[in-house]
Amino acid sequence: MNRVAMVATAGRVLSQLRHDHRTLAMLLLVPCLLLGLLRWVFANQVQTFNVIGPLLLVLFPFITMFIVTSIATLRERTQGTLERLLTMPIGKFDFLAGYAIGFGLVAIVQASLASWVAIGLLDMQVQGEMWLVVAVAVANALLGMALGLLVSAFARTEFQAVQFLPAIVFPQLLLCGLIIPRENLDRPLELISNVLPLSYAVDAIKHVTTSTEITGTFVSDLAIVVGCILLALVLGAATLRRRTT
Amino acid sequence: MMNSPAITVSGLRVRRGDRLVIPDLSCRIPAGTITGLLGPSGCGKTTLMRSIVGVQVVESGSIDVLGLPAGVAPLRSKIGYQPQAPAVYQDLTVRENLRYFSRILGAPAADVDRVLGIVDLAAHADQIVMRMSGGEEARVSLAVALLGRPELLILDEPTVGLDPVLRRDLWELFVKLAAGGTTLLVSSHVMDEAERCQRLLLMRDGRLLADETPAQLLQRTGTVDIGSAFLQLIDRAQQEVHR
Repeated sequence: MNRVAMVATAGRVLSQLRHDHRTLAMLLLVPCLLLGLLRWVFANQVQTFNVIGPLLLVLFPFITMFIVTSIATLRERTQGTLERLLTMPIGKFDFLAGYAIGFGLVAIVQASLASWVAIGLLDMQVQGEMWLVVAVAVANALLGMALGLLVSAFARTEFQAVQFLPAIVFPQLLLCGLIIPRENLDRPLELISNVLPLSYAVDAIKHVTTSTEITGTFVSDLAIVVGCILLALVLGAATLRRRTT
Repeated sequence: MMNSPAITVSGLRVRRGDRLVIPDLSCRIPAGTITGLLGPSGCGKTTLMRSIVGVQVVESGSIDVLGLPAGVAPLRSKIGYQPQAPAVYQDLTVRENLRYFSRILGAPAADVDRVLGIVDLAAHADQIVMRMSGGEEARVSLAVALLGRPELLILDEPTVGLDPVLRRDLWELFVKLAAGGTTLLVSSHVMDEAERCQRLLLMRDGRLLADETPAQLLQRTGTVDIGSAFLQLIDRAQQEVHR
């Protein structure tokens, strides 16, 4: 493990974002504006807003990080910087960890800002503590990042990469308990939802919104999400080849 | 008298997709010299260079680089590679690119300014690469390859799109580096650059037509310039096929 390479990569990823003001603004502001819109839609149904708001709060970072990372790593592959880097003394893990740290920091800012807007300005009620909401949102952002990294290996063009959003993310959105509770799904669908990582993130955030305690189920839900992040990163590392054909 | 080889390629065979790009190639590149790798585009120059750097999947054959098998970890800080594509971050400034790669290589911080001076980009250090011309971008990429003073430089068409003055300056730099003990393998399809090389590899359809000094090549073919020598070798090779 090469700590310098890891930190340098995280810094480089952040510098790239810093130069791209529009992307940065959208990453940070769009979730807040959408929460505002949601609050307006449910102007007369505060209870519904309190149920759906937290769910969206953890889904935004997942979706945006998935898109941003899959495009960013696809670019590294197509413009040759990844190949060049891999001729240098940097480990695959250092490279991936650099991305995770860089985008993880962005996710923390994104999730904190959106949570503050939702709870502070829009009066969203959650039973649990705000930092737990942020923690689940950040874990979810890292999950989106790790999956984005992984799928970028299977896309040749940016057109293909964005198509992975409906292909990989939407089925998870449909089955994660956002639309109907997972236990009300048909048995086969419930079984599928049991192996999709987003389901556990949604279970975790539902727990935070309805309970003040940190229970074993919450911890194990979060642990499953973290496990999936690590698994996706390991699989992602396997797609980074020093030698190509 | 030939210096000890920095690179020894024997029986290299590379397939890309269903195309056999290099059927069977062997050559030795002496240390501390500039070897020019010349040939039309698509002849396998890039594939040969990628194989030496260790980023190309090869079917068979062996490549020895600085006494080690191509592509092993200890070589990663000893080789400076400039790929054909610019392979720098488009959305970063020149300095940010160089600083990042120098940290990965463990090169001293002062190296960034040194290479900026060499490629004559000091005045553009804070410009975003995306807004630069193709020639400037190629120089950023060359600067990355020069970071950390590598023992071996593999440069894939480093002078494409550069103005004549800068091309001359870069070739002077290559000569100076070689005099200091650096081994350079430089590909080009501009034949007049061949005259600056101490050895030439002429390549066509994945095969070597020549592996000698420019003087030897001119003598053997009875020509006065490398371009004509190359044409004559191609004609000879074709006559042999027809015979």
